[in-house]
Amino acid sequence: MLFHEVLIIGGGLAGLRAAIEVAEMGRDVAVVSKIHPMRSHSGEAQGGINASLANVEKGKEDSKEKHWYDTVKGSDFLADQDASEILTAQAPEVIFEMEHWGCPFSRTPEGKIAQRPFGGAGLPRTCYAADKTGLYLLQTVWEQNIKHNVKVYEEWVVLGLATEDGKCCGVVSMDFLSGELIAIGANAVIFATGGIGRIYANTTNAITNTGLAISIPYWVGVPLKDMEFIQFHPTSLARTHILMTEGCRGEGGYLRNKDGERFMSRYVSEKVMELGPRDIVARSIQTEINEGRGFPDGTVHLDLTHLGAKKILERLPGIRDICMNFIGIDPIYEPIPITPGMHYIMGGIETDKDGQTPMEGFLAAGECACISTHGANRLGGNSLLETVVFGERAGKKAGEYVKDKDKKTKTKALEDALKREQDTIEKFRKGGGEENPYKIKDELAKLMVKRFGLFRQEKDMKTGLEEIRKLKERFKKIRPVFGGKVFNLDLLSFYEIKANLDAAEAEAVSAIARKETRGSHYRTDFNKRDDENWLKHTLATYTPEGPKLSYKPVTITKFQPEVRKY
Amino acid sequence: MVEFRVFRFDPEKNKEPEFQSYEFDPYKGMTILEGLYYILENLDSSLAFRSSCREAVCGSCAMHINGIYRLACKTQIEILKSPITIRPLSHLPVIKDLVVDLTPFFNHFKEIKPYLIPKESPPEKEYIQSVKEREKINDWLDCILCGACYGSCPVCAQDDKYLGPHALLKALRFVDDSRDGGAKERIAFVTQNSGVFRCHTIFNCREVCPKDLDPTKAIAKLKLKAVFKKF
Repeated sequence: MLFHEVLIIGGGLAGLRAAIEVAEMGRDVAVVSKIHPMRSHSGEAQGGINASLANVEKGKEDSKEKHWYDTVKGSDFLADQDASEILTAQAPEVIFEMEHWGCPFSRTPEGKIAQRPFGGAGLPRTCYAADKTGLYLLQTVWEQNIKHNVKVYEEWVVLGLATEDGKCCGVVSMDFLSGELIAIGANAVIFATGGIGRIYANTTNAITNTGLAISIPYWVGVPLKDMEFIQFHPTSLARTHILMTEGCRGEGGYLRNKDGERFMSRYVSEKVMELGPRDIVARSIQTEINEGRGFPDGTVHLDLTHLGAKKILERLPGIRDICMNFIGIDPIYEPIPITPGMHYIMGGIETDKDGQTPMEGFLAAGECACISTHGANRLGGNSLLETVVFGERAGKKAGEYVKDKDKKTKTKALEDALKREQDTIEKFRKGGGEENPYKIKDELAKLMVKRFGLFRQEKDMKTGLEEIRKLKERFKKIRPVFGGKVFNLDLLSFYEIKANLDAAEAEAVSAIARKETRGSHYRTDFNKRDDENWLKHTLATYTPEGPKLSYKPVTITKFQPEVRKY
Repeated sequence: MVEFRVFRFDPEKNKEPEFQSYEFDPYKGMTILEGLYYILENLDSSLAFRSSCREAVCGSCAMHINGIYRLACKTQIEILKSPITIRPLSHLPVIKDLVVDLTPFFNHFKEIKPYLIPKESPPEKEYIQSVKEREKINDWLDCILCGACYGSCPVCAQDDKYLGPHALLKALRFVDDSRDGGAKERIAFVTQNSGVFRCHTIFNCREVCPKDLDPTKAIAKLKLKAVFKKF
């Protein structure tokens, strides 16, 4: 049995940033990651990271408070304002830190960090490194982990949490390259496991972003917050749903329908146009498509052709590569066919502003966590920021928490947890019938798009929930797992599909209950925001019969809710 | 119909590797990676391969496909001649099927101190780096550590101490960074026995790089710097 004072699950930006913090405090820390850290989904973030540096002429008037206000307004006033204040107030210093560690940001003519406009902000606030900001940030934090000699258990998959007296005391993990199950004791565990995009068929997320990211703590009693708030990115590439960064529009790209019209003028002011917040732009695109103004393949066009080769090659080279490699289009000469695609979950594991969950010894940071800084709709450029700001905070909190604890493994609790996972695997190996797990996975992902998409209504969502529950019944009759112990993708898929179903159910129940429209949760049957009844966070707690809901107030410190207009 | 001939090796079952054939109807635009998933989910759920982003940025799925090292996610089935032969990366121990042990590859990478060694203590805000200085490192930044270059390099095949194209490219990325102060130390390290002078300038790394990087050029630059002490 292994032991570390602090154990971080997930080797993306949030996890690696937390690890640096704990290492610098002199505590014994290790990272457990399902994939090699450099394979993490953080690396796919493109457009940038927000901070009110005021480095460019048009952003001269920017301030931390403006960033804070834009974030709260973007959230449709559901964000906890104390959390958003931390996010935006710490932004400049964390970005300077990344720069000092070597992150190759693009530069202004004066040699400062370059900034571009993004949606939901009136001025250029998004710091960028071409259109590969996530990749370069991930390289940078990983490099610092190498420098700090942080132990990483690469390709170890965490399958369950160990708890004793309601406290988290470690995890059960599988060394994926050997198939061995190993319990790792810890005085504090930080989940930094990313998003759950793959519960949707039209996601921009990596194949590895499944429901397992949040279901493991959910299964042992940690509530999930605001699960009904799912962000659809306005621009994902046709068929593949690969992300086309908001930076495309930030650099001046247009959205056009089949008549060549820049249709955004119908939905937001002429001043805002393509740079509205993501929820509004995504719904506008979908409305164009639904009302017959899309192209025959069900897309609209993201048009960059007027930007010219120089700008595209310099600022959006990655976008051009993706378009050429995946659909054979060169955006210098041709417009890009896009549709909205599921991109991000605002909800997640319930935490406070230090990443602490309701379970002692268990913390979360990054996309898997819901702090909540993004409320009902996240602004582009705020998620990379969240990973580093709250990764650092969770690391610090965990480091302090373990200071006076005995460095001793809770053997009994870990053995119990290990036994529980051994039993689960044995059950999967025996099978319960002949159901094909991958059919269940695909059917779930399709129904989520259809029933819990951009436009929602009670009847559809209730049908959707019934469908999810039928799939859960079918999952009980699943065929046995194929293959041996080494690198068994089939076995991992069983865990992930089970988790997808439970994560989807938590989302469905939360969404049906919220009878209002707020941010990304747009209901055609309740199409107004209702602050009187719904200015509150949803909490979903696991029970074998389905999620149990409760609510908690939103923290409002400065900005009173007002009509959200762009 | 397309036929995939896939390298199979299960350490729990096989003494020797073998090729297994799978046939299916690809849809338009289907990639090699999507084909492998089709096999995993419909024909043979014991198949092992790595993947994550499916958009050529995470570096998981480099393999040897019809004679060339490439990313499975970025390669369209329709551009290749069936049967499509798929093998794991070379010069690295096979764990299972298309999954290799990348430990030597990453160990070499870590040897070159792949992190900024600051030239001066950081200012209050950002280091000032001119657009021109930033341009100097632009060609060395995009490595996704997929291992295609390592697999294709005949020197890596013969000399397991050779640092490899990926590590040397990264070394130049820091040597050329105006904020880095470790140039002297870095050049000294890469000119040791298993460093830049082991490169035979065969250009395989440049040919296969899925991100169109040029490690051969990076290595040549390091050689020049070492010889003329220009750093």
